[in-house]
Amino acid sequence: MSAVQEVVTEAPVVDAVPKRAMTLGFGTSLFVLALLLVVPIFAKNFIIFQLTMLLIYALAVMALNILTGSSGQFSLGQSAFYAVGAYSSAILMEHANINYALTLPISGVICFAFGYLFGKPALRLSGVYLALATFALATAMPQLLKLNVFEPWTGGVQGLVVDKPDAPFGLPMSQDTWLYYFTLLVSVAIYIFSVNLLKSRSGRAFMAIRDNEIAASAMGIDVALYKTLAFGVSAGITGVAGALGAIAVQFVAPDSYTITLAISLFLGMVVGGVGWLPGSIVGSAFIIFVPNIAEGISKGLSGAVFGVLLFLVIFLMPHGARQMAMLGQQLIGKLRK
Amino acid sequence: MELLTNQILAGIATGAIYACMALAVVMIYQAIDHLNFAQGEMAMFSTFVAWQLMQWGLSYWAAFVAAVALSFVGGIVIERLLFKPLAKAPILTNVAGFIALFAIINSSAGLIWDFTIKQFPTPFGSSPFLGSQLISTHQAGMIGVTLVLLILLFFFFRFTRIGLAMRAAAALPESARLVGINTSWMIALGWGMAAAIGSIAGMLIAPVVFLEPNMMGGVLIYGFAAAVLGGLTSPFGAVIGGFLVGIFENLAGTYIPGVGNELKLPIALALIIVVLVVKPAGLFGRPIVKRV
Repeated sequence: MSAVQEVVTEAPVVDAVPKRAMTLGFGTSLFVLALLLVVPIFAKNFIIFQLTMLLIYALAVMALNILTGSSGQFSLGQSAFYAVGAYSSAILMEHANINYALTLPISGVICFAFGYLFGKPALRLSGVYLALATFALATAMPQLLKLNVFEPWTGGVQGLVVDKPDAPFGLPMSQDTWLYYFTLLVSVAIYIFSVNLLKSRSGRAFMAIRDNEIAASAMGIDVALYKTLAFGVSAGITGVAGALGAIAVQFVAPDSYTITLAISLFLGMVVGGVGWLPGSIVGSAFIIFVPNIAEGISKGLSGAVFGVLLFLVIFLMPHGARQMAMLGQQLIGKLRK
Repeated sequence: MELLTNQILAGIATGAIYACMALAVVMIYQAIDHLNFAQGEMAMFSTFVAWQLMQWGLSYWAAFVAAVALSFVGGIVIERLLFKPLAKAPILTNVAGFIALFAIINSSAGLIWDFTIKQFPTPFGSSPFLGSQLISTHQAGMIGVTLVLLILLFFFFRFTRIGLAMRAAAALPESARLVGINTSWMIALGWGMAAAIGSIAGMLIAPVVFLEPNMMGGVLIYGFAAAVLGGLTSPFGAVIGGFLVGIFENLAGTYIPGVGNELKLPIALALIIVVLVVKPAGLFGRPIVKRV
């Protein structure tokens, strides 16, 4: 249109979040961990299952958070990585009889490679264009999994049934409780890994790219390498989450991994606070429990109730749970004085 | 050869639907700088309003005009009530807002008009167009209306004061405010226009895909794809993109073996991505140069 339009000082898609604000303090982390350790003792099996799913989705949301919140790339294709992780794990368990715990790292590596390779062509795209490309991946994945060629492994439309593991060493706990603690262990390990990753040289490179790509490359950061690496890491973590999900649900089928899942994960990230890793668990709680609450309020209008609740949350906290946490921190700071 | 021309014609016919939708998508993108995920649902709701008015005894054109006017007002109301408070919020929060709007409209339409498929009338008739079995008069009319809309929009943005003000507000909000343009209302106006164009698209599409709350799901995805393919900064590109996507989709379904209805969408999207990798700003969009 006009010449002015061609040079635009665009606001960055993602707010610049300092590294310190991306994690929780040591004391708070320990408190949350203790809470997560104690809760299952007082809960029924179904609630424990839901808590397991809470942790699994929190991992997936956190993976998206690493991609979007720290490297500034947007993805609607997380459901595809989740599906690949779930299927890798299920196929390894069913066809190769590999122990469930060993399938997790293998799924992670497969998804890392997949994400890294997908990140290559996606390098040229950003913003809406990247969203469309990842969206295409998410819509294609269920169809690809249904293809006849792969049916001997994937089980086609029917999917695969996975056995739930028993607690090892004769520990006196139910399968659900064991799976919960197992998931918690994996989640904590991945959380520590992610926090350290963001504190490292690579993490700083991610954030430099998020804040300004051109400036980052001028400082000597290999933009292409770190952008694809962010995609790989995000996909890898999502893959592990997918594998855990397959074990927890005991079933994989193409239609469990549609674009709806990717959109849920995105909403989880926004509600939790973009770029704030601990928020992932809040976001995950939102996408697991709020649809149920909406269904409870009105069956016919559950979608509308969900939408209204979502609007309420983003009106009150446009920056997600991060805003809440910061308010809390300030309050405590004032009280101490 | 005849198969090829026939498939291309059929592609143009379906492409007209996508072109309509893509035009609405680009309109709002120009005004607010985001892709509105709820656009399709807004169009669906407007179409239901038109249908309801006709059930109450209004003639087609009266219902058409009333629906367009109501959508225009509705678009402005939605912006004022729901998205103006989010103007300062991060972009991703706005996107979450669009998803919430999507859920609200879809679910309320389902409750008001339920999920059974309804017939929607066409003003153009559905006899074959110029003796061709592939394009009906309705589809030809749809292509015609899309082109007329495009020309009207071009004149609006190019030659009217308010069109210029809207462009300025979208391109450089701060500078636009300094020269006395009420940018906040320009955004509301953009929402209104996008809703109105969406309602026209919805009423043209409804006779083809039938009226029901989920009718826009597929169409919107293709509309987005078309808009992105043509370049989000260019209404003309969006229309061309719409026709191209329609043709792509039909040819892929005919000539690539093993592609059923299920794989049509992924293949069309994959092709678009290939185009985007070569031309990242779309076919007709202009690359935006960022200041460091």
